[in-house]
Amino acid sequence: MSKVVNSIREAVRLAGLKDGMTVSFHHHLRNGDYVLNMVMEEIAALGIRDLCVNASSLFDVHLPLTEHIRNGVVTNLISDYISGGIGRVLSTGILPNPIQFRTHGGRPFDISTGKTPIDVAFIAAPTADPMGNCSGKYGPSACGSLGYAFADAMYAKKVVVITDNLVPYPMQDFSISENYVDYVVTVDAIGNPKGIVSGTTKITRDPVGLVMAANAAKVIQASGLLKDGFSFQTGAGGATLAAAKFLKDIMLKEGIQGSFGLGGITGYMVDMLRSGCFRSLMDVQCFDLKAVESIREDPRHQEISALQYASPGSKSAVVDSLDVVLLGATEIDTDFNVNVHTDSNGYIMGGSGGHSDTSAGAKLSMIIAPMFRARLPIVTDRVSCISTPGRDIDVLVTQGGIAVNPKNGELTQRLKAAGLPIVDIQELKEKTERLTGKPAPVPKGDQVVAQVIGRNGDLLDQIYKPL
Amino acid sequence: MDIKKRAAAGTMESSDAYVEIEPASQGVSLELESVVLNQFGEQIRQTVLSVLAQEGVENAKVRIIDRGALECVIRARVEAAVCRGREEA
Repeated sequence: MSKVVNSIREAVRLAGLKDGMTVSFHHHLRNGDYVLNMVMEEIAALGIRDLCVNASSLFDVHLPLTEHIRNGVVTNLISDYISGGIGRVLSTGILPNPIQFRTHGGRPFDISTGKTPIDVAFIAAPTADPMGNCSGKYGPSACGSLGYAFADAMYAKKVVVITDNLVPYPMQDFSISENYVDYVVTVDAIGNPKGIVSGTTKITRDPVGLVMAANAAKVIQASGLLKDGFSFQTGAGGATLAAAKFLKDIMLKEGIQGSFGLGGITGYMVDMLRSGCFRSLMDVQCFDLKAVESIREDPRHQEISALQYASPGSKSAVVDSLDVVLLGATEIDTDFNVNVHTDSNGYIMGGSGGHSDTSAGAKLSMIIAPMFRARLPIVTDRVSCISTPGRDIDVLVTQGGIAVNPKNGELTQRLKAAGLPIVDIQELKEKTERLTGKPAPVPKGDQVVAQVIGRNGDLLDQIYKPL
Repeated sequence: MDIKKRAAAGTMESSDAYVEIEPASQGVSLELESVVLNQFGEQIRQTVLSVLAQEGVENAKVRIIDRGALECVIRARVEAAVCRGREEA
């Protein structure tokens, strides 16, 4: 038997894709991905309409999708994260139905239970063999982990692997195995390596960022969690990376060996692994070349599926064993609810990703953010969109003080005892507004353009078309 | 004293403002572009008008491209543009 077919169009036809069905994509090729656009172009050319696209994330490279929406090829969208360029267009309400935002844990959970079934999954695979065993670790378009694609491969009715590096059967060290795969298609390129992985993100040199980072590291140190076996996830932003650097210094100085680093993995987490800060990295997605090289070469650097990473329905997920997570925010309110979905004018420019999964799982979830960005205060009375509920957020670190969620009385005492600048979040808001002035509220429109669905399936908030 | 020549101050960097001022004959006109127009547009206008009043500028055409500058920054940039427009700096 052969699973290799000549073209994407043939694979779509053989998979039996029809009007009203659901197709899925994963986002490890990030802003360098060619696969979603190639597939949707073939689907549109076949005249198939009224599809639901379930994509773990969408980037600006996927702007052609908006044309398929305008033409009625796509009428429903499920995603965990939508970047600002395409988000702006989608915010204008071109879809007949609201976008369903899920989380990196909620998405695979809903796929696994059949709540959001997938008819045909398209797996962009940097290396594959003719039976569909595939991996992201090798090949000219290597992206490292394929973590988000596992649930799609396991639960979709039909699975199409698309690769630009077909190797003889059986390939070594595959991630997704042939037993899930129906068809294999070879194309010239699945992505642009420049957009797939970034170069090394520089640690911030901004003094405000460094103050926040130093304070964040001190909070972790004073929390009581920083001891042998410590586990940690951080984002790839300049300030969170700087916090990881300060944390690394403390761990090395005190001889603390952590158990694992989790997440989207950057070269910086690889450095922490190699210098002995962790025994292992658990990797659902690689952010840079150094992480890709590490997951390929170092057996301590392990690929995990999104189900294992964060699904609320797994018998256990790695986020449940997580001690500390460092996260960002576009807004946080005085109840500690966090917005990472919309910008200050209400346009979609992000999404939860793993934000609310890790916040829910981690013992200590910390937001690092400046008191204001471009005159807009970070702390508001009510965030314009609830991405992560305040009950799951423990600490906000800014350059103007550290606010602790009042539910954490003991933590507050520990941080105060360590001499850290603790401030009430309401006072922090007022202190910030004395510098910025009080922003006028931005009016919202009536049309719901997106629903934000929490990791457990509850409707957290709705995003309205900006006026 | 009125504005004698076209002058500018500031930059287009985030958290700064770029201010251009030029001579005019009939009062003050203000053109404002801002990344925080919805939240702070009116406050920025008031700030600019108050600096112009304080400086005794009665006739001028002012254009501001605001990148989210704090009020103190806007005041400083407008003052600097006025001084340059009067050939005082």
